[in-house]
Amino acid sequence: MGTYDYPRYAARPLAELKARSTSTADVAIVGGGMVGLTMALELARRGVGTVVLDEDDTVSHGSRAICQAQRTLEVWDRLGLAEPMMARGVTWNEGRVYHRDRELYSFNLRKDSRARFPAFINLQQYHVEATLAEAAHREPLIDLRWRNRVTAIDVAGEPLRLGVETPEGGYEMPARYVIAADGARSTIRRQLGLQFRGKVFEDHFLIADIVMDAPFPAERRFWFDPPFAPGQSALLHMQPDRVWRLDFQLGWNIDRDRELEPEAVRSRVRRMLGEDIAFELEWVSIYTFQCRRLDRFRHGRVLFVGDAAHQVSPFGARGGNSGVQDVDNLGWKLALVLDGRAPESLLDSYDAERVHAADENIGHSTRATEFITPKTDVSRIFRDATLELAGRLPFARAFVNSGRLSTATVLPADGPGNVGGSTVRSGVPVGAPCPNLPAISCDGAPGHLLGRLDGAGFVCLLFVNGRTTLSADDRRAFAALAGADIPVRTLIVDRAGGTADADHLPDPGGLLADAFGAEDGACWLVRPDQHVAARWPAFDPARVASALDRICGRSGAVNPRGA
Amino acid sequence: MIMSSSALILDANLDDPDRFYAALVESCRDLPPEEALAFSARLILLLANHVGDHAILAEALRLAAAGEPAA
Repeated sequence: MGTYDYPRYAARPLAELKARSTSTADVAIVGGGMVGLTMALELARRGVGTVVLDEDDTVSHGSRAICQAQRTLEVWDRLGLAEPMMARGVTWNEGRVYHRDRELYSFNLRKDSRARFPAFINLQQYHVEATLAEAAHREPLIDLRWRNRVTAIDVAGEPLRLGVETPEGGYEMPARYVIAADGARSTIRRQLGLQFRGKVFEDHFLIADIVMDAPFPAERRFWFDPPFAPGQSALLHMQPDRVWRLDFQLGWNIDRDRELEPEAVRSRVRRMLGEDIAFELEWVSIYTFQCRRLDRFRHGRVLFVGDAAHQVSPFGARGGNSGVQDVDNLGWKLALVLDGRAPESLLDSYDAERVHAADENIGHSTRATEFITPKTDVSRIFRDATLELAGRLPFARAFVNSGRLSTATVLPADGPGNVGGSTVRSGVPVGAPCPNLPAISCDGAPGHLLGRLDGAGFVCLLFVNGRTTLSADDRRAFAALAGADIPVRTLIVDRAGGTADADHLPDPGGLLADAFGAEDGACWLVRPDQHVAARWPAFDPARVASALDRICGRSGAVNPRGA
Repeated sequence: MIMSSSALILDANLDDPDRFYAALVESCRDLPPEEALAFSARLILLLANHVGDHAILAEALRLAAAGEPAA
């Protein structure tokens, strides 16, 4: 079929799987899709072995989640996989909005052009998953089992027990923790009898991936009430391999089978693109969607990530991207809990922070859906009034909502994972990921800030203007923090410049200090997921240590200078 | 969110209220109801942007929705 040859991954013999499952796995991941595989690779980076169970023997059927956001690329970059994704994907930063027969406006999603990665790349989910699967196959800490369908979970005792079916028969698999990454129709969720809460929308959308040589630029185009589909909406995205994503709103009362007939789809595409453009149909699908989530994402030693935990409408690219942010949040916490350096209650902060994020995503996604498909005559009048004004008065464009596109969630500053600290009016707030701005590498070569943080452990960013301002006591405190059981590496960001090495980041001109909103002497504590956990006007090792204990769910502060 | 520095003004605040009222009615006098509703929607969006304060707008929404105040 079409432009993509699906890889077929070999299933391993049942006898081998049984033999490998006599000992308890630290972590079993149910679902080897985009989120499950990213989870396995993230945990492997932190030294945690996983068994990944996937019912299929290949990657995503269809292009599905195509818009990979900046934060997702940053997470994959830690895994060494952003480069191949970037090389294959279509980079885009701009969106363009149309109403009826005219263009209303365009917008740029890239907040800072100095950032390493663009706002988005478009890359078919099958390409994403193939890249992740290849990396997982190379990783000795990942035991990736294709055609292993989980049919049951027993959470009554320890370890947890999964019932797994393979083409040759079934086996039982013990695991300390289970991560449910098994998607919208999660088996684990059903097995545990957990309910989603939220909204189901009465509308159908048709995805048509077509292959064509087209003159359109690499940007997101969205139509409200276009002449080729009066009263509905439509969306156009460029994908790699000459594939284009068309997304048509169909309405609720449709004849599904008739709409899926190739000639009906072709006729719809021709109405949009014109009679003279040659194209082939690659993949056609009709979908409905929900905006809903589980009450909690942690249920004892079962943790839900991605679509298994929460679902949104596709407007805003908040499905796959929020799943990768779940992984970003959970990986370091689970690694600390598994090796006993943090209590299991640390996993509750995964629940709190990602439930917060899911509510934000569901809110954006619900509001976009309400704007795109008004539910009543009066709400349609308001929607159309907004679009009409937006064509002639720029202020009204802020009200137009064709999907608020995925950005990194700023986690609650007063939540369990953060400490807060002094308030700064501008710059990077507590709870936000560090911006991936240009920063000099350890070896003096040009690089980016997240490369200096590398997402392995906690980092204390200390902003100075000249290293001579640091005392011998300070240096001893850095060593003590670095030598603690949960190490905090101090990275000195020096506005005065100087030489780069593992502990020093020259910041001539103060590009980074200004971006953070950091005064000379200010200190920022960054979590292993590259999010800011705390900030203070001055370095105080006792505060850093006690913040670390709070963030990791441990009680009792340890003074690294010694009592 | 920016904290409100002032509340919704509920005392008469236009120096010639008759003038605005007449202009308002005049603007949509000949419009069929649906177009008048669209006109009102555009007017609300313009004025909401001008007010630029969520607390004041929330108070206005509440008062507009309430009808007769509760006893």
